[in-house]
Amino acid sequence: MAMGVLTFLLAAVGTLVLGLLLRWVDRKVTARVQWRVGPPWYQPFVDILKLTGKEKLMPASARGTGFLLAPVVGLAAVSVSTAILWHAVLWPQTAFMGDLIVLIYLLMLPALMTMLGAASSGNPHAAIGASREMKLLLSYELPMVLAILVAIVRTAGTNGTLTFRLGDLMAVQQATAPAVAGISGVLALLVAILCMQAKLGQVPFDMAEAECEIQAGVYVEYSGPSLAMILMTRAMLGALMPLLLVAVFWDGLYTGAWWGYLTFAGKYLLLVVLVTLIRNTNPRLRIDQVMRFFWYRLTPVAVAALILAIVGAAKGITWL
Amino acid sequence: MAVKTWALRKSLWVYHANTGACNNCDIEVLELLTPRYDIERFGMVLVGSPRHADVLAVTGVCTRQAMPRLQELYLQTAKPCVVLAIGSCALDQGIFTEAYHMGAKVDETIRAVDPNAIIMYVPGCPPKPEAMIGAAVKAIELLKTL
Ligand code: SF4
Repeated sequence: MAMGVLTFLLAAVGTLVLGLLLRWVDRKVTARVQWRVGPPWYQPFVDILKLTGKEKLMPASARGTGFLLAPVVGLAAVSVSTAILWHAVLWPQTAFMGDLIVLIYLLMLPALMTMLGAASSGNPHAAIGASREMKLLLSYELPMVLAILVAIVRTAGTNGTLTFRLGDLMAVQQATAPAVAGISGVLALLVAILCMQAKLGQVPFDMAEAECEIQAGVYVEYSGPSLAMILMTRAMLGALMPLLLVAVFWDGLYTGAWWGYLTFAGKYLLLVVLVTLIRNTNPRLRIDQVMRFFWYRLTPVAVAALILAIVGAAKGITWL
Repeated sequence: MAVKTWALRKSLWVYHANTGACNNCDIEVLELLTPRYDIERFGMVLVGSPRHADVLAVTGVCTRQAMPRLQELYLQTAKPCVVLAIGSCALDQGIFTEAYHMGAKVDETIRAVDPNAIIMYVPGCPPKPEAMIGAAVKAIELLKTL
């Protein structure tokens, strides 16, 4: 019990620190792309610190409970998922059955809470933002799950049993080949990267908070500590999603040798910087364009990858 | 307390409100975000919602139409919040001072709802970006005394 609480605290705080540092990487890379200098490394920490000291306002038209509770639940959900994911990555053999499914559900909670908080704030901009966030969630969730299924099919054991345990997923990949090493794997990873971009609410998929159009949309009424909690949730999510992709598609962290940590850091940073670069080289899309993109383009690609993976697994062709 | 004011000084988020400016001041405000001045070095960013703001950058003469909205905007910001009155217009309505569509001056408008508001003035038509950075530095110095 005490060990569990300690693991949880370490994972949550560690991910928070990591996530805030990655926020700085994001801002710094953005600044360099735009030929600017950018903020100092501690800037995201200062932002959080400042927000906790600011006044907490609640609009008269808001439903207080939902409005104030939503950021707390979102942060809690992400913290729990950090514990599950890091535990699975660091000690693959001790993870529980079906942790991948729990994780997918938990990672959906922050988006749901964003909608709840926005809808209970009573602000029309937030209402528009919430409706867009909902449509966005409906768009990316299906291709995301399909892409993860590809990895599960590709890592099925020789007897064809599928595993929904992250630990087994990584163990099989480390013993044979990463799930991404093959046509279906590459397609699935590409789909998953775009879904990650949408899940993190980064440009071109940031229409839920479009700041010059609907004034930060879903977050328009949040201030002070609540806003700080939202920013922390987003920073932690930003650290978690690349980790999930590395674990599912790219054989996770190999703890057997020193170069395992190095390659892990390389893969992880590559995905992190990719998010920033996509964000800096694309304009924001409209919500209908996004839905069309995910449903009519990415979902068929993910389905095709899944079929390829199943055929490959049935015929024993590893490069499919 | 010291930590809080330190954090506030290091991370001023700006909400930009145009209350009837000729657009020249606004262009100069946007200049601050460009590579030449890059105000994000000091942790300052433009935000989309007044609820997130620590600095209310007001440009323009404050017309009759804009006046109640500016007051509402100020009340919506989370305190402590510094008001930057940018440009001759925002200082004393400049060349438009006796026109038919004037409300009150920006500082009077805001003092009407909060007598203790922190208001900084940046003269110029339009002020140079350097002047605005100077005002921001002064605001940071002032926040030390909070
Ligand atoms: S101060 Fe000058 S530049 Fe600025 S809004 Fe007024 S007239 Fe335009």
